Amino acid sequence: MPEHNLPLVRMEHIVKTFHPRTVSETELFRDFFFSIVEGEFISVVGSNGSGKTTLLNLICGSLSLDGGSIFLRGKDITKMPEYRRAAHIGRVFQDPSKGTCPSLTILENLSLADNKGKSFGLSRGVEKKRLDFYKSQLELLQLGLEDKIHLPVGVLSGGQRQALALLISTMTPIDLLVLDEHTAALDPKSSENIMYLTDKLVREKKLTSIMVTHNLRYAVEYGNRVVMMHSGTAVIDAAGEDKKKYTVDDLLKVFNEISIECGN
Amino acid sequence: MTTFLGLAETVLRDGFIYGLMAMGVFVTYKILDFPDLSVDGTFPLGACVTAALICAGVNPWLACLAALLAGALAGSVTGLLHVKFHITDLLSGILVMTAMWSVTLIITGKSAILQFFNKPTIFTYGPMQHLPQVLYQHRHILVCLLLVVLVKLLLDWFLSTKYGLLLRGTGDNSQYIVSLGRDPGTIKIFGLALGNGLTALAGSVLAQLGENADVNAGKGMVVLALASVIIGTSIFHRVSFLKATTMAILGAVLYKACLQIALQLGLPPHYLKLLMAVLLTVALLSQRFYKKGGTMNART
Repeated sequence: MPEHNLPLVRMEHIVKTFHPRTVSETELFRDFFFSIVEGEFISVVGSNGSGKTTLLNLICGSLSLDGGSIFLRGKDITKMPEYRRAAHIGRVFQDPSKGTCPSLTILENLSLADNKGKSFGLSRGVEKKRLDFYKSQLELLQLGLEDKIHLPVGVLSGGQRQALALLISTMTPIDLLVLDEHTAALDPKSSENIMYLTDKLVREKKLTSIMVTHNLRYAVEYGNRVVMMHSGTAVIDAAGEDKKKYTVDDLLKVFNEISIECGN
Repeated sequence: MTTFLGLAETVLRDGFIYGLMAMGVFVTYKILDFPDLSVDGTFPLGACVTAALICAGVNPWLACLAALLAGALAGSVTGLLHVKFHITDLLSGILVMTAMWSVTLIITGKSAILQFFNKPTIFTYGPMQHLPQVLYQHRHILVCLLLVVLVKLLLDWFLSTKYGLLLRGTGDNSQYIVSLGRDPGTIKIFGLALGNGLTALAGSVLAQLGENADVNAGKGMVVLALASVIIGTSIFHRVSFLKATTMAILGAVLYKACLQIALQLGLPPHYLKLLMAVLLTVALLSQRFYKKGGTMNART
């Protein structure tokens, strides 16, 4: 892991309350701290409502904070709107339809993604000279999509769309890849394939990543840091050699203990 | 026979004029998935701006451009209300539509109809006077055809540019646009400006055809434009070489033809709006019938 004084993402004194001033008021985060170091591939597990997805939403800016600050490479991004943060962050959602435009063709989707960070002016939307590059990128997915570039993405299967979304979110240089239960909506085979592709892309492009998953096996097998969330705190946070010691059974044991505490 | 040809020419001419608006509504309704009611207000806005400017002696083509810009401005107000102040899409449109009622009256100087008979219009101005007699007789349809084709080609080109792709993506999946580091709100406002600009242009052309602007001209325009777009896209969507803009224009022509036929068959004119509403209902219902497979909102 490269030596850096500053973590890539630093979250300090995070406070987040849902439905404030109502009967269903829930304080999820109270003075929560979290950091992501460059080169990490973090798997985040935890039960529903433990704060996993909220954590991602706070990093990406889809939700605003009630208190605390978020820094990206030392720069305060707490007040930065989601679309501006997206310049630095690639995100793949649980819902495969969120990562692509269904009525646009594969080619048009890739052309849009290719232009991320540049100005969207009045030059041709689809640049012919990039065609070979797009095809070579699609070949990496090994789904035969390179022969279907003129099809609207809406006709593809969930697994194909998610593979495309993964490719799209990592096509331009990003600081952080955010994977939000991105295999949860897929059948087991597609799910395995997407995890394999994720790992491959993360290694090849040396991406710092944070992945929320309900699949404890993925959390153990992939990545170099594992975090278990529970009621807005990290009850497990193990990296490097420490992380390698964790087995699915270990995680499951802690998971069950917490559940019993909560009376589930 | 000559009456039939005359009627056909009227239908085509009006269809082309309303086709301009249908293309605008295609942008807001089909591409952005935004049911924009401000169209009822921006259509007469375009007419009144044109009338006021032509009365003041402004070049009619410049008056067209001014109408387009005025419509675009009104459309961006609809967009701002929706995007920045989070007012629902329908209500934002109603607010602008209602406000336009006063704005048009201010422009016309409180009169409901502003006439500009015998002033130069795009149908009589400049090179039009030098047209040979054979063509001059048909100048209305020629100018309308020229305009609609020009706007269609421009819009097709625009939708194929990078910003055009972004616009199509916004209606399709605004989260995707966010992921690209762009604010979908700004793009939506632009799309509404574009849609209402084209609507106002249609209003401007129709006013110049009749050489008067009517502040009440907008009544039913939303219905007319939506029906044109829906009829056009549901009838012609299997014809793969037709662009959606062409479908919108053809839809407007077909719609006008239906109304004209009904009038010829003896339908009293005051039943017209009722027929318009019925036609849109039928179009909406048949669309549900047609819809198979994925939605193709952003196809162009």
